[in-house]
Amino acid sequence: MNHILKIESLTRQFKSGDKTLTVVNNITFEIEEGISCAIVGPSGSGKTTLLGLSAGLDQPTSGDVTLNGINLKPLNEDQRAEVRNRHVGFVFQTFQLVPTLTAVENVMVPLELRGEATNQVRERAIGLLEEVGLGERSHHYPTQLSGGEQQRVAVARAFINDPKILFADEPTGNLDSETGEHIENLIFDLNRKQGTTLVLVTHDLDLADKCDRVIKLKNGEVDSDIFKSSEEAVA
Amino acid sequence: MAWRDSRSNRKKLFLYLAAIIVGVAAQVAISSFRENLNDSINEQSKELLGADLEVEKNSPFHDELEIYLDSLGGERSDALSFTSMAFFPKSGTTRLSQITALEGDFPYYGALKTDPQSASDTFQKTAGALVDEPILLQFGLQPGDSVKIGLVTYEIAGALQEIPGQPVAASFFGPRIFIPRENIEATGLLQRGSQLEYISYIKYPEGTDPILVESTLDAMNDSVRFGYDDVAERKEEVGEAILYLSNFLNLIGFIALLLGGIGVASSIFVYIRQKISTVAVLRCVGASSNQAMSIYLIQAVFMGFIGASIGAIIGSLIQLYLPVLVQDFVPVDIELALSWSSIFIGIITGVSISLIFALFPLLAVRKISPLFTLRSVDINLSKLLNWITRFTLFGLIGVSVVGYAWLMLNDILAALFFTLGLVFCLLLLSGIAFLIMKGAQKFNPKAFGYEFRQGLANLYRPNNQTSTLLLTFGLGVTLISSLYLTQDMLLGTINFDDGQDLPNLALYDIQYDQNEGVNKIILDNDMELLQNVPIVTMRLQSINDTTVAEFMADSSRKPRSWALNREYRSTYRDSLVSTETVESGVFVGTVTDPDDLVPISVSTDLMNDLNAQVGDTIVWDVQGIPISSFIAGTRTVDWQTPQPNFFVVFPTGVLEPAPQFFATTLNTPSREASLELQQKIVQAYPNVSAIDIGQVLETVRDFIDKITFVIQFIGLFSIITGLIVLAGSAATSRYQRIREAVLLRTLGAKQKQVIKIQVIEYVFLGIMAALTGLTLSVGASALLGYFYFDIDFVPNFTILGIETLILIGLVLTIGLLNTRGIHTRPPLEILRDQAA
Ligand SMILES: Nc1ncnc2c1ncn2[C@@H]1O[C@H](COP(=O)(O)OP(=O)(O)O)[C@@H](O)[C@H]1O
Ligand SMILES: [Mg+2]
Repeated sequence: MNHILKIESLTRQFKSGDKTLTVVNNITFEIEEGISCAIVGPSGSGKTTLLGLSAGLDQPTSGDVTLNGINLKPLNEDQRAEVRNRHVGFVFQTFQLVPTLTAVENVMVPLELRGEATNQVRERAIGLLEEVGLGERSHHYPTQLSGGEQQRVAVARAFINDPKILFADEPTGNLDSETGEHIENLIFDLNRKQGTTLVLVTHDLDLADKCDRVIKLKNGEVDSDIFKSSEEAVA
Repeated sequence: MAWRDSRSNRKKLFLYLAAIIVGVAAQVAISSFRENLNDSINEQSKELLGADLEVEKNSPFHDELEIYLDSLGGERSDALSFTSMAFFPKSGTTRLSQITALEGDFPYYGALKTDPQSASDTFQKTAGALVDEPILLQFGLQPGDSVKIGLVTYEIAGALQEIPGQPVAASFFGPRIFIPRENIEATGLLQRGSQLEYISYIKYPEGTDPILVESTLDAMNDSVRFGYDDVAERKEEVGEAILYLSNFLNLIGFIALLLGGIGVASSIFVYIRQKISTVAVLRCVGASSNQAMSIYLIQAVFMGFIGASIGAIIGSLIQLYLPVLVQDFVPVDIELALSWSSIFIGIITGVSISLIFALFPLLAVRKISPLFTLRSVDINLSKLLNWITRFTLFGLIGVSVVGYAWLMLNDILAALFFTLGLVFCLLLLSGIAFLIMKGAQKFNPKAFGYEFRQGLANLYRPNNQTSTLLLTFGLGVTLISSLYLTQDMLLGTINFDDGQDLPNLALYDIQYDQNEGVNKIILDNDMELLQNVPIVTMRLQSINDTTVAEFMADSSRKPRSWALNREYRSTYRDSLVSTETVESGVFVGTVTDPDDLVPISVSTDLMNDLNAQVGDTIVWDVQGIPISSFIAGTRTVDWQTPQPNFFVVFPTGVLEPAPQFFATTLNTPSREASLELQQKIVQAYPNVSAIDIGQVLETVRDFIDKITFVIQFIGLFSIITGLIVLAGSAATSRYQRIREAVLLRTLGAKQKQVIKIQVIEYVFLGIMAALTGLTLSVGASALLGYFYFDIDFVPNFTILGIETLILIGLVLTIGLLNTRGIHTRPPLEILRDQAA
């Protein structure tokens, strides 16, 4: 099986004063293409840090990240941005839409950044908005949308570049449970349809249960790693 | 409590402070300066005249006046003043100068400042001359060298540095030279019809009543025309002129302060917006809406006070520099002192302005409901105010502005006009700003790249301050740019190319018997005469049988008094010249019978001022001989050409026998040739005056430059305030910008793209500010040109272009300074951002 994400002896330390805080401690795992994987663990266990490292948003203290066969280590900021732009989709806890752009423009941003602003792109963006149920609201600005609606726009944006892998950091954390569930379903649906790999940070165990694999972090280390489909567990 | 609450945000409040500081500094600087100037004038009032009384007449005093002046007792000093060429043999240069031939101990108050100082006492005994210092420096001359005036050569006794009551600028239009009155006839200049002014300076003996003297002279003046000035009158004149200047500067400074007020309002708005949750929490724990508001009100007033105090200190420092700017134009030495009243008023205005403008956002605070703790929403603070509150606040501001302007101008009508003008300007600015913003919003062409559209769209981000910026910055730009354009417009009217067909040297006062000789010198030097026109001086005797005296006695008269009383210098010729066109009636070139009514041509502007019609008869007093004429036609004259132009042109065949002199213009190929020719002519005919047009234009240019610099210096304050408001708004949007930049980086934007978006946003902002301000300034200058200077205004696109570039540069610099560092933020922050 192909590994879309490979993490090897990854360590991230923060220095504050003369104290060194190890937030991610020598973690190694691989994620197969097409599966959904939840990263769970108590608050402060290093989930977000790990996600950031995996997506090339941050540089590890030591260790390697290989995303879609590309080792991120030798790349500079702009090159890593390019990798994200081509292969990665994001959904954040705090929606993160550009306030001065309409819904459809927000969805188009990743492709616009590549200089692709064709009519097909626009049609595809509107298509995605329809899929998340916002076809009618494509010309509204973020402030005119509710939280759940904003997150749906963010989901549509995450899929515009046909990402190989989608990172979502507590995507339902700021939403009420009903709206949250709706967003979850959307993400899983699109994920299945497009064959995207999903890496989902959550502390919602119900949500984690829906994933093929659950990695549990504790104090920056992998506490457990459970493959639901194969019923295989690694201590 | 109020203080503790401000802790977290003091840095941002600094910008709020800065707006007030700059505004108050401008205020205090100008009003302190004005007060010092007024004090100096009061203290030096006698020096303004140098005597208690000055009497002048363009002929020797008649007996009645002579007898009366003698009867006053006291001391008396007599002078003759006229313009003449001065020739400096050592440097071989000539210059048209203002000559004062003095006898007696003038000045009685103050002193002629000379180098060496003893020269001012000795020059009358040693037959020496005092010559304006700048001209000595320019020509490399020292005391001991000589100056030739008319036929007499004087030794230069000293450099003239200061004359009581005369500003340095008085020498701009010809250096001043003092010579002894004794033996003045020997110069040969008195007989030659020069414009002579007989002046007597009188120092009253103890116990003279100046009011009695004034009324006596007044009564005497009814029958014979002469001029006189006493200390009170001169003080009033000077004081008035200075009051106008300082009022004007004061109002410009006040505009800076008002802009500061807008800056205050906008920074408090932003501050409060960040404080909404705090306020809501305070309300939750039971604070009343008034308590919540008073916390911020105390902060605003406190900060306003600090800002105003710092501003007052800076303003007091700046006023030390102001005299350097204007000393050339004021006739007294400006003595500097701290002006406590100005400082007090400055602080009061500063605090009031912060209070009034702070009320806008603060009244909105009252409306913040405790509910906002539960629901974090993006509320629009200004929408919380109902229209009554707004109306009241605007009314309050309006009344304060009128009140302040009234205090400054001492004239309620002028204050109202100032306020209305300001309101009109602001409305116009907001109108233009609105149109530009709407236009830009519509104009979002797909053809341009994403960065372009995103940069443009950023101007409308939530809570943007684009329109506040356009308003404050635009007003500053309008002020400064109007000044530049007006200056350019004025300079443009005297900007001639050195073309062969335009004269650059004019010779005046050529006597009838000298004309041939002067012409010969010019031709012998291989130069061509452009014009050689006869000039006959005359006065108006009557129009349609109404005498000038009758006109003057009629208080409802239509003709202007200057036009009735002036000495006309008319010419005669048989055709129009290129600067003239017939407007109505006809131009008659020649008459054969000099006893008929003479058909004359009058310039259109004089027609207006005389309130005359074609066909009216005019009797002229041509040096004692009445000549009857009628207005056969009118001409428009292009006065802005450097050649003799005339109000009244006679046909040939009438004035030839009259006493006359000639004016000649020519084009000299070079400066050196011009100087050489002037020298030859002055040597042969000392009474002929040469005006080097190139040099006069240079002087005028200098003069205009100096004046506009003073005004610009003050206007600069509004630009600075505008920049502060810009910096403030940029700083408040910094957090938002960081978020956007990081988001785009996460989604795969290259660093270059992120920077490009921001550059484009600020460039757009700069263009908008430039467009708003410059559009208005073009309008203002055109109006000024039309109504005030009578010039068709053609905007100088080079200036406008440069201004636009500078503005964009300024906005961009401030913007990018503000975003510095945000590009190095790791994209990771996007994940840590927990604020919704
Ligand atoms: N820039 C940083 N400097 C210092 N400590 C950090 C930094 N970023 C994260 N941490 C610390 O790392 C730990 C893990 O954070 P995080 O990855 O956000 O945990 P999680 O997402 O599992 O709640 C926390 O204790 C946090 O305080
Ligand atoms: Mg986290």
